[in-house]
Amino acid sequence: MSLSAERSAEVGALPVDPDVGGRGVAAGRRHGAQRTILLAVAFAGAAGALARYGIGLLLPWGAAAVPWSVVLINLTGSCLLGVVLVLVTERFPRARLARPLLATGFLGAYTTFSTYAVGVDLLLRRHDFASAGLYCGVSLVGGMVAAILGIAAGRFLVHLEARVDDQLSS
Amino acid sequence: MTAAVDVLFIALGAFVGAPARFLVDRYVTDRTQTSFPLGTLLINLSGSLLLGVLTGIELRGHLPAELTALLATGFCGAFTTFSTWSFETVRLIEQGETTHALTNALGSVVLGLLAAGAGLALVLSL
Repeated sequence: MSLSAERSAEVGALPVDPDVGGRGVAAGRRHGAQRTILLAVAFAGAAGALARYGIGLLLPWGAAAVPWSVVLINLTGSCLLGVVLVLVTERFPRARLARPLLATGFLGAYTTFSTYAVGVDLLLRRHDFASAGLYCGVSLVGGMVAAILGIAAGRFLVHLEARVDDQLSS
Repeated sequence: MTAAVDVLFIALGAFVGAPARFLVDRYVTDRTQTSFPLGTLLINLSGSLLLGVLTGIELRGHLPAELTALLATGFCGAFTTFSTWSFETVRLIEQGETTHALTNALGSVVLGLLAAGAGLALVLSL
């Protein structure tokens, strides 16, 4: 068992680093598996970026100073990452491509930090401090609340399944 | 530029950006012994700096739309990540590492804004 896997087992099974499958796990495998993981991240990353682009087209910024489409993308992505990582860690630990595809690839590329940072800076440069503060604060607090809700939802699903299994077997 | 060309360049940029994040994060994680998500921080700061530079060039009217799609929306958008950052902050809180969580949450925002702002200012001052 890798160091990070041990550590996450101690603290309620949240993986230490969502982007990396655990310290040395990928490094210790054959080059073929490594290439497959990189390709999975690349293809799912392209899909995630296009989903971000699509939502931007569907929900144009309009006249609003705060790009709400970016806020929506980052909050939904943070929530879904919580769900996915709990399910992958606690329910499907043997599904090796689930994390590279869904977490690192799709949701990692779907959400974006750089657009957020540059967006807040552009508002600051325009001296629109109210919009800059709103964009910055809603993203920061909302992202964490979304992640907490996603993790809770994932744990609820795992718990629900265990209960159904118990009732079916008794 | 048509949306179809946009789609192609964004997909291409993200096809490189997402695995680049994976590799940089693993490189940093393999070489540090801390629960602090240093890899994600470095990724988000360098990506914000690069997007700041690109946005500056775009504001000056010197960035072709194809390069905006490829490098800004595609590469920088997929290289940097918001979801991992918020997840890791919550993970640190759950583990009782409040100082690390607070440093990660506020440090990323402050340094990210500074990095993006530095990139923007660098180009716009030229």
